[in-house]
Amino acid sequence: MDVSSITLGEALTGLDRGDWSAENLVSALLDRIAARDAMVNAFLNVDAEAALAQARAADEQRARGETGRMLGVPVAIKDNLNVQGQTCTCASRILDGYRAPYDATVVARLRKEGAIFLGRTNMDEFAMGSSTEYSSRGPTRNPRNPDCVPGGSSGGSAAAVADGMALAALGSDTGGSIRQPAAFCGCVGLKPSYGRVSRYGLTAFASSLDQVGPLTRSVDDAARLFGVLAGADVRDATTVDVAVPGPDACRREDLKGVALGLPREYFAEGLAPDVRASVMAAVDACRALGADVREVSLPHTEYAMAAYYIVAPAEASANLARFDGVRYGYRAPDAISPLDMYCQTRSSGFGPEVKRRIMLGTYVLSSGYYDAYYLSAQKARTLIRNDFIAAFRECDAILTPTTPTAAFRMGEKTDDPVQMYLADIFTATANLAGICALSLPCGVNADGLPLGLQAMGPAFKEENILGVASALENAWGGPQGWMERRV
Amino acid sequence: MTYEACIGLEVHVQLKTRSKMFCACSAEIGEAPNTHVCPVCLGYPGAMPSINRKAVELTVLTGLMVGARIGARSKFDRKSYFYPDMPKNYQISQYDQPLCIGGDVAIDWEGGEKRIALTRIHLEEDVGKSTHFTGASGVDFNRAGVPLMEIVTEPVIASPEEADAFLQALRQMVRYAGVSDGNMEQGNIRCDVNCSLRPQGETQLGSKAEIKNLNTFKGVLAALRYEIRRQTDVLESGGRVAMETRRWDGESGTTASMRSKEEAHDYRYFPEPDLMPISLSHEEQAFLKTHVPELPRARRRRFCGEYGLPEYDSDVLTADRAVADYFEAVARASANPKASSNWMMTEMLAKLSETGRSIDETPMKPRALADLIAMVDRGAINMPTAKTLFAVLFEKGGDPAALVEADGLGQVEGASEIESMARRAVAEHAKSAADYRAGKSAALQFLVGQVMRQSRGRAHPQKAAEALKKILEGDKSDRF
Repeated sequence: MDVSSITLGEALTGLDRGDWSAENLVSALLDRIAARDAMVNAFLNVDAEAALAQARAADEQRARGETGRMLGVPVAIKDNLNVQGQTCTCASRILDGYRAPYDATVVARLRKEGAIFLGRTNMDEFAMGSSTEYSSRGPTRNPRNPDCVPGGSSGGSAAAVADGMALAALGSDTGGSIRQPAAFCGCVGLKPSYGRVSRYGLTAFASSLDQVGPLTRSVDDAARLFGVLAGADVRDATTVDVAVPGPDACRREDLKGVALGLPREYFAEGLAPDVRASVMAAVDACRALGADVREVSLPHTEYAMAAYYIVAPAEASANLARFDGVRYGYRAPDAISPLDMYCQTRSSGFGPEVKRRIMLGTYVLSSGYYDAYYLSAQKARTLIRNDFIAAFRECDAILTPTTPTAAFRMGEKTDDPVQMYLADIFTATANLAGICALSLPCGVNADGLPLGLQAMGPAFKEENILGVASALENAWGGPQGWMERRV
Repeated sequence: MTYEACIGLEVHVQLKTRSKMFCACSAEIGEAPNTHVCPVCLGYPGAMPSINRKAVELTVLTGLMVGARIGARSKFDRKSYFYPDMPKNYQISQYDQPLCIGGDVAIDWEGGEKRIALTRIHLEEDVGKSTHFTGASGVDFNRAGVPLMEIVTEPVIASPEEADAFLQALRQMVRYAGVSDGNMEQGNIRCDVNCSLRPQGETQLGSKAEIKNLNTFKGVLAALRYEIRRQTDVLESGGRVAMETRRWDGESGTTASMRSKEEAHDYRYFPEPDLMPISLSHEEQAFLKTHVPELPRARRRRFCGEYGLPEYDSDVLTADRAVADYFEAVARASANPKASSNWMMTEMLAKLSETGRSIDETPMKPRALADLIAMVDRGAINMPTAKTLFAVLFEKGGDPAALVEADGLGQVEGASEIESMARRAVAEHAKSAADYRAGKSAALQFLVGQVMRQSRGRAHPQKAAEALKKILEGDKSDRF
């Protein structure tokens, strides 16, 4: 068994056949982490003993004939998702010492299906960033090239999966935080439709944009995890009760009768030639599989970044107000008054990017500015959503690059927040519109860095995009076929 | 120059729900600190609110009672400010789309009725409670997340006394409908007031002060009286009233500036993204309409008409819904509303206030009181016996007829029995008998009392007096 290359599906088959035990899997992954993670820094915390104990329990359950869709499968969890008893710091100093008193709904669902919680993955502080460089615990490196970023904010999850330190991982995606690192590291990343997966227990960044989703080594793995995570939850009033497609409904052999749209606004200037070439080759592959490819237009795309960087910080400024040193986490010592305690705790507890966004959000919600910023951004958001609704009348899924470039070098954008923000330019629209989207690795560039194809689908039509991705993956010879597609 | 006051109230009413506004924790107040808490009401990372449907219904019910318009679409908003007792440092409240809009509350005013117009009624969550110790402070979050209904009036209240009458009427109404316990001592009702003055006849509002920290109706009255005096002094000395928030200090009986307009909070309201907008279907509204109780004022009028009660009696009997319900049950069962009212007004209310109980805490059923009244009406027992029985029933409950049977308390009817007791009384109290014969008619009362004592209260006092007179006056006639 080579844990660095097997898929979650293969791991389950091996467990079923008795080729290996859950304990074997966890041990092998822990070995891999021990060997690799000093360099990659994908994990913030690994409780080896707890994971092994869970693995042994899963093996016993299996021996007793008990079943579970994830029984014995080790999964890495982004550090903003609450797992009861584990640390959950969001890679922020302000949550030093905080241990989750409860399971997030997605964690509870995985637990119920027998999954093993391998460890906490690194991220940009409070999911604010596109490179995992804004972590209070040091950056994660791209396992394909340690001088490059893994993307972010779910950079730890993407790097762990890509580097064989986890079979699969959970991430969260507010403007591209699952898809962009999946593209940079070379794994599959799915952002489900807004309302599809419960956010209960996900430490909120921007509540109207956040979604939890899987990062995996294959499209089928993503579909399997999606099937476990998705579904209405009474604890999250924004979830919607729509039937969840099983993995079989998300699998396609060909794309006959499938209409795919290429939005011209996503293939404009600024798109790196290697990305364009790789994505266009993937589009050709779709045609070869029988898809009907047509150009579509999403005319309000140009307002997306502005709208996103108003709505997300606005919501974040309220969501992060609770980190005040009163009830949990870090509290500045020696404060002389409650106000002084707030100021000191928050000044030293939050990193600079988080503070920047809290200030931005506070500003745009201020009396006298609300209409000009927040309200306008919400109107732009409606226009963007309507663009997609119109486009999906003509096609079943939309194909775009996931990112304008391959993984950039560490430190390249940390001094220029606007350049960093533009890393989300192709991904944030799906969050603003509430639709589903995924990133599928579609090739490597001359430097050996992975490139990502984004497939976007109508809200609650995850089977559309998973179907397209599975057909391509299949056409390329399986989950690792993209590695041979050089541009 | 004479000034008139323009007062507006913001009344927070704690709703009578089992659980909190956005989580399943108990809304019970008074338990050990931080025992009714969970990740949601403590504002833990990742926790999300779920709407308590009962709280929405109670708010809408209140809106229907005051004739408010129920918004077709209502939503929650976040109101941001930092305070240690506020778990999320934002409060989930309602900004521009409250559940209820408009409506009014009628109060008795200057012999007539005045209607106090409401601006809106919205729903929000309560905060925790800070306690300060030497060298440290603690916060109890049991109250955090308890549902509060905020009722906002237009600035149409003209005096502190009118404000008081409004609060009394409002409290009575919410208690009537079972919307709230309406207990001010337990913080079920809290109030902020806005107060401004303007020259008599002026139509523009003057600049207002908002006064916070009013926890009793008396406090509202005193604070408004003080504030009107203060603002009058400012205006009369040629000054301008500052637009500011002031805090009432009950001990000194004064208000003091808390923060000026410039220091006012910018609450940065925006729609709560964790909750979906609320819309109540026509069916749901129609269903709630069937739960709107007859309001105290209407009931009072009906009691006067239907039962022929004096206005004062109707007023007393309708003050509390349970008392009014009890009275109606007795009146209907006994078919004697006047006697029912008398028993309620004298015996029942006296016993309740004596024992500090509420009417549903006595085991005596309305049926029992009705039976008691009927027994008096047909002369089966006398009034003193009935009162004794009432006291027993109030404590122990039961059937009055059975009690009479068991204790032999039935009225002594037999003339010969009464006569023999009267003779004994005259024989044993010759002095009194002589006094009566000598023309001291008051002595008869004493002798009647002796007969009552012999009969253990069962003799009919009138019949005893007649028997005594016959004996005493008969003796006299014999002599001459």
